[in-house]
Amino acid sequence: MVSLGGVLAQLLEIVLALLLAPLLSGWVNQWRAWLQGRQAPGLLQPFRVLHKLFVKESVVAESASPLFRLAPYAIFGCMALACAIAPTLATDLPLGPAADAIALVGLFALARVFISLAAMDIGTAFGTLGARREMMIGFLAEPALLMVLFAASLISRSTSLARIVEALAGQDFAIHPSLAVAGVAFTMVSLAENARVPVDNPSTHLELTMIHEALILEYSGRHLALIEWAASLKLFAYSSIGLALFVPWGIAAGAAPLAILLAIPVLVAKLAVGGMLLALIETINAKMRLFRVPEFLATAFLLAVIALLVHVLLGA
Amino acid sequence: MNAHALLGQSINLCAVTLLVLAFAMIAQRRILTLIHLFTLQGLALVVATVLVAHLTGDHHLYFSAAITLVLKVVLIPILLHRVIDRLHVRWDVETLFNIPTTMLIGIVLVVFAFQLADPIASLSASIARGTLGIALACVLLSFLMMIVRAKAVPQVIGFLSMENGLFFAATAATSGMPMIVELGIAFDVLVGILILGVFMFQIREQFDSLDIRHLERLKDD
Amino acid sequence: MLPLDWILLILAAWLLIGLAGVAALRNTSFVARVLFPLGAAGALAVAAAALAALFAGPQTTILPIGLPGLPFHLRLDALAAFFLLVIGVATAGISIFAAGYFRQGEGTPPGLMCLEYHVFVASMCLVVLADDAYAFMVMWETMALSSFFLVTANHRVEAIRRAGFLYLLVAHIGAIAILLCFGVLQANTGDYSFANMRAQQLSPLWSSAAFLLAIFGFGAKAGILPLHVWLPEAHPAAPSPVSALMSGVMLKTAIYALMRVAFDLLPLPLWWWGVVLLGLGLATALFGVVFSAVQTDMKRLLAYSSIENIGLLFVGIGLGLLFKAHDMGALSALALTAALYHVISHAFFKSLLFLATGSVLHATGERSLGKLGGLIRRMPWVAWLSLIGVLASAGLPPFSGFVAEWLLLQSFLFTTGLPSSFLNMLIPLVAAAVALVAALAGYVMVKFYGVIFLGQPREPKLGEAHPASPLERLGLLWLAAGCVLLGLVPVPLIELIDRVTRVLTQDGIAATVSAHGWLLLSPTSLERASYSPLVFLLAVLAVVYLTMLVVHRFYHGQLRTAPPWDCGYPAQTARMQDSAEGFGQPIRQIFGPVFRLERQLPTPFDPRPVYRVKVEDHFWHWLYRPLASLTDRLARAFAVLQQGRIAIYLLFSFVTLILTLLVARW
Repeated sequence: MVSLGGVLAQLLEIVLALLLAPLLSGWVNQWRAWLQGRQAPGLLQPFRVLHKLFVKESVVAESASPLFRLAPYAIFGCMALACAIAPTLATDLPLGPAADAIALVGLFALARVFISLAAMDIGTAFGTLGARREMMIGFLAEPALLMVLFAASLISRSTSLARIVEALAGQDFAIHPSLAVAGVAFTMVSLAENARVPVDNPSTHLELTMIHEALILEYSGRHLALIEWAASLKLFAYSSIGLALFVPWGIAAGAAPLAILLAIPVLVAKLAVGGMLLALIETINAKMRLFRVPEFLATAFLLAVIALLVHVLLGA
Repeated sequence: MNAHALLGQSINLCAVTLLVLAFAMIAQRRILTLIHLFTLQGLALVVATVLVAHLTGDHHLYFSAAITLVLKVVLIPILLHRVIDRLHVRWDVETLFNIPTTMLIGIVLVVFAFQLADPIASLSASIARGTLGIALACVLLSFLMMIVRAKAVPQVIGFLSMENGLFFAATAATSGMPMIVELGIAFDVLVGILILGVFMFQIREQFDSLDIRHLERLKDD
Repeated sequence: MLPLDWILLILAAWLLIGLAGVAALRNTSFVARVLFPLGAAGALAVAAAALAALFAGPQTTILPIGLPGLPFHLRLDALAAFFLLVIGVATAGISIFAAGYFRQGEGTPPGLMCLEYHVFVASMCLVVLADDAYAFMVMWETMALSSFFLVTANHRVEAIRRAGFLYLLVAHIGAIAILLCFGVLQANTGDYSFANMRAQQLSPLWSSAAFLLAIFGFGAKAGILPLHVWLPEAHPAAPSPVSALMSGVMLKTAIYALMRVAFDLLPLPLWWWGVVLLGLGLATALFGVVFSAVQTDMKRLLAYSSIENIGLLFVGIGLGLLFKAHDMGALSALALTAALYHVISHAFFKSLLFLATGSVLHATGERSLGKLGGLIRRMPWVAWLSLIGVLASAGLPPFSGFVAEWLLLQSFLFTTGLPSSFLNMLIPLVAAAVALVAALAGYVMVKFYGVIFLGQPREPKLGEAHPASPLERLGLLWLAAGCVLLGLVPVPLIELIDRVTRVLTQDGIAATVSAHGWLLLSPTSLERASYSPLVFLLAVLAVVYLTMLVVHRFYHGQLRTAPPWDCGYPAQTARMQDSAEGFGQPIRQIFGPVFRLERQLPTPFDPRPVYRVKVEDHFWHWLYRPLASLTDRLARAFAVLQQGRIAIYLLFSFVTLILTLLVARW
C-alpha cells in the first residue's frame, strides 16, 4: 500500500516545507518593504535570524514548568505534520490518510492550545493577555476554516486533502461559486491565523495590540527559534492549503518522480505570487482595533457558511 | 471542456458575487466603500446579464445590460459621489447595531429565500434558474440593510441594491422583462434617486444631520 | 453463569458494601481503604460482564421483588450492555479516587456516604437494565434520591441545601413526564413491560406526544435547555467524586433512556423529531459552552461544560433520528456511533476533570478560580493527568474527544441526499454551529487549565498545597489512560458500538471500519475520509524527538534561569495575571446578549476600587422566577382554605367524598 516513491515524496515534502517556509516569510517581508518604499532585507534573513537564535543560550523564567519548555517542540511538531499532510507536491502521500481536513484543523488547534498554555505558564500579565486574545481569535477562526474545508469537501465528496486536490484539479475545469466565496473566507482566516496585518502586526510590541508577540514574550534562544520557525511553517501550511483548494493545478497526481520534480517549480512560482499578494494585502490595509477582530472573523465564518449554503442551492 | 457549461457556471459565480456584495454592504461602515461596493454590484449584474444574453440569444438583454451599465455603474455612482461630497459625508463612518447579529439574520434570510425559490426554480426553464434563490436573497438582504441603517445615504444605496436584486431575479427567472418595462424601471430609479437626493439636502437643511431618526420628530404629538 | 447473573450478583455485593459502611459508620479509614476499593473492583467486574454481554445475545430475567404481581423485568441487550460498560469503567476510576478522597469531616458520616454511593451506582445499573416501566421508574427515583442525599452531604451549608432542593424538584417534574410518556407508550393495554410497548403501533399523534414527553422527562435529567438550571447548582455542590459520578455517568442514563424510547420503544420516527433534538441540542451546547467560559468557580465551569456535551449528544441522536426517519440506516448508524463514542469519552474526561478539581479543592480549600494558580509545580501528577482530560475535553487530536467530534462532523458531511431541501440547508448550519461549539470548548479548557495549574499562585497559601494521595492518583491515571486509549485506538470500540447501532438502526459501520485495519479509522471508504490517531501521534512525536536531537546535537542545550522578562515591566505580582473574569471577558463581550450581566465598575477616584461582575442566566429571570412567583400566588390563593378548625377540614373531606361518589355514580 505504501510505496517507496510515496515515502520519498513525503520526505521531500517535509524537507522542502522546512526550507521553503522561512524563505516564504522572507519573501513576504521583502515585498512588504518594497511596497512600503523601504530597503528590503535579504531573502535569507529569516535563516540568519534562526541561526542566531539557535546559537544563543535559552533564558527561561524561574517559575517555568516543564510544559513551558516542551511547548516549542510540540508546536513545531504539529506544524511540521500539518505541512506534511497538506499536498504540496504529490497527492500520494503515506501520511495523507493519517489525518484528513478535520484532523488538520484539530492539529492547528492543538498547537494553539499549547502555545496559549505555555504563555500562561509563566504567569505574567502579558502572557495571559496574549493567551486570551489568541484563544479569542482561535475560537472564531477554527470553525471558519473548517467550514471552508467543508465547502471543498462537499464538492469533491471527500475530506481527504489529497482527494480534494485530485477532484478539483483532475476533472474538467469548472467554476465553483461556493469555492469562490469560501476563498474569500479562507483569505480572511489565514490573515488572522498567521498574525498578519489587519488582525495582528508581528513587528510591534505594543501592549494594546499585540497578540502573537505577547504569547512568545518569555521565549528566547532555541525555543524562540523553534516557535518562529513553526510560525513560518504555519504560514507555509496555510498557503499550501489555499493553493490546494483554489489553485490545485500542477500537483503531481501519483508518485511519479518526474511529475514530483516538475511540481517543485510550479509550487515555488505559486508561493511567490501568493506571497506578493499577501504583502499587498498587508500594505493596503490598516490594522484593526482589537474589538473589531471578532467581527472580522465572524464575517469570515458566516461567509464560509454561505459558501456551504450556495453549494446546497446550486450543487456546485 | 464545455464552454457552454462554463458560461453557465460563470452566471452562478456572478450571482454569488452579488450575494457576497450584499452581505459586504450590510457589514460596511464607511459610506464611501458602500458606494464602491454598489458599483461593483452593478458591474457583476452587467456581466451576468451579458452572459445570459449570450447563452439564450435574447438580444434585448444586451440592451438591458447596456442600460444597467450606464445607469448603475456610471451615472448613479457619480451622482452618489457628488451627493456625499456636497453633504460632506464622504468619510463618514456609521455606528452600526451589532454586525454579526445582523449577518446572522442575513443567513436566516438566505435560507428562507433559497427555500422559497426552490419550487419556483424547478418550474422555470431558464438557464440560470438556480440563481433565482440568490436573487431573492439579495432583495431581502438589501431590505434588511435599509432597516438597520440610520443614515439617509446608506438607505438610498440599500434601495438601489434592492433594485439590483429584482433586476437580477427578472433576468435569471424569465430571461428579462419586456423592454418597455425595463426602460420604465430604469427611468423610475433615476427619478427616484434624484428625488431622494433632493430630500437628503432638505433633511440636512432642516436637522443639520442626515440621521433619519430625526424624522421621528415630525409626527404630530 | 450468564453476564446478567454476574451483574446482579455484583449489585448485591455493592449493597452489602454499603451496609458494611453503615455498620462502620464513623470508621473513615475502613470505609475509604477497604470498602471503596472493593466497590471499584465490583465496577470493573460489571464492565467485564457488560463486555461479555455485548458479544452475547439479549438476556432477560425476572426479579421477584417489588409489589406482588409486579415483578422487575430485566433485560440485558447490546444498548444496555454498552451503557453498563460506561458505568463500570467510569465508576471504577471514581471509586478508587474516592478511596483516597474521603476523610474525616463535616456532614454525612462516611459510612452513610458509602451506602448512598453504592446504592446510587447500583440504581444506575438497574435503570439501564430495566425492561418494564415499573422497574424503570422505581430505579430512576432511587437514583434521584440517593444522588440527592449525596449532593447534600454537606447539608449544613445553606447554598448546598438549596441546590439539593432544586435538583430534587426538577428531577421530580421530569419523572412525571417520564411516567406520562410510559403511559402513552403502553397504549391503554395496561401492560407496562417494554416488550409490550415495542409491539404497539401508535398513531403519529400519540407517538409524537410520547416522544415530546420523553424529551422533557429525560431532558430534565440530562440538563437540556431550559431545564438545565439545577445542573450548575447541584453538580458543584456535591463532593467531587459524586460530581464526577453525576456528570460523567448519571447524565448518560438520561441519554440511554432517550435512545431506548426513541429508537427502540417507539415505532419508526418522524423526521421532525430529529429536527427538534438538533435544535434543542445545539441551543443547549452553545448555551453551555458560552456560560462555562465566563464561570469563576471551577466546578461550575465543568458543570456548564457538561451541559454543552449533553447538547452535542442530543445533536448526534437527533441526526441519527433524522436519518432513520429517511431510511438511511448507515448514516444513522454513523451519527449514533459518534454519539455513543462521545458518551464514553465524556464519561472518562469529565470524571477525570471533576476528580482533579476535588484534589485541588482538598489541597487548597479553594474552588474559586480567582484564588488558584501555579499548581502544576505543587501537584504535578494531578496537573499532567488533567492536561490529558483538558485536551480530550477540548476535542483535540489525538485524544478521545476528537474521535467523537470527527465522527459527528463526518456524519454531517455525508448528508447531501436528504429529500427535503430545507433539511439539506439546515445541516450545514448545524455543522457550523457544532464546529463553533467545539472551538469554544477549547477556549474554556485553556481557561480552566491555565488559571488553575499554570501561572503564579494567586494566593500565598497555595504554596502549602499538598500533592494528591496515591489512590487519588491511581483513579486519575485510570481515567486519563481511558482518554488516551480511546483517542489512539478507536476501531475496537467502534466495533463494540456497532453491536448497539445494529439493535437501534439495524445497521452499523463496523464492517467498513474493520476493513481498513485497526490502525486507520475510515467510516465509509478511504476515498472519503480517514483518520489514524496513532500515526498522527507518532508523526508528531517523531518530529519533536528529531528536532530535540538535532538542536542539541548541532547547537547546544544550554539553559539559564532568570526572572520573567514581561517586556521589562519592573514590578509584577501574581495579581496581574488574568483572573477568571478577565479570561472570560472576550466571551462576555462577544456573546453579550446571552447573559444577564450585572457589573460594578470603580470610578478613577475610588480610594478602594472594587470591580464586581455577576453573570446570570436569562432563563432564571424570565422563566423560573415568574413560575416560582406564580406557584407562590396560587399557593396563597389556596391558603384561604386553611382555617385552622378541624371541623372545616372534615367538611372538605366530606364534600369531596360526596362529589366523588356522585361522579362515580355517573
